[in-house]
Amino acid sequence: MGVVADGIKAKLDDAFAPERLEVEDDSARHAGHSGSREGGESHFNVTIVSSAFAGVTRVQRQRKVYSALAVELAGPVHALSLKALAPGEE
Amino acid sequence: MTDAPETQTAAADASPDSGQDPVAGFIRKTLADNPVVVFMKGEPDQPRCGFSAVVVQILDHLGVEFVGVDVLQDERLRQGIKAFSDWPTIPQLYVKGELVGGSDIVREMFQSGELKPLLVEQGVLTA
Repeated sequence: MGVVADGIKAKLDDAFAPERLEVEDDSARHAGHSGSREGGESHFNVTIVSSAFAGVTRVQRQRKVYSALAVELAGPVHALSLKALAPGEE
Repeated sequence: MTDAPETQTAAADASPDSGQDPVAGFIRKTLADNPVVVFMKGEPDQPRCGFSAVVVQILDHLGVEFVGVDVLQDERLRQGIKAFSDWPTIPQLYVKGELVGGSDIVREMFQSGELKPLLVEQGVLTA
């Protein structure tokens, strides 16, 4: 796992105390696309399960995650595919 | 239905003396004038990003008419739509002026069968 992925994990752990958290570097699949960078770590798939998302709309869930990762999204992360679930929704 | 001829320069042409941010004004007018809008990268018939393509494919599959606005035509629009919606990624699907979501949410709602009823309920698609 690279440094960007580690940072994403740490921030989401802090912000949401997730029951489950998966951060997958999907950059290789986007190699050569706009926004991809040499060395990868530009495209990520994130699955996060946290009670912080219970009773929260999809749009608000993503806003919460985007907000926690604002620095990454403004910098190295070009795309983040996100699945934000409450416990029991899996 | 798939082209948005005026949109590419409209942000630049928006009245500067309205006392408001012209890009936000353009976005508001686009959303007021069109019930289903996708702010996306590329044109609907030639998306330039896989995530934008997903949203277009789903809307086409459901047979809903929409206006696609190519944010790559104007950097101010590309940044402006993110600020407007407090949503840092593109594409963004709006129905009746409300942000439904980006490609993850649109795909999730399509797969779970929630998207079509929403569009029908909003009167932008016949059942």
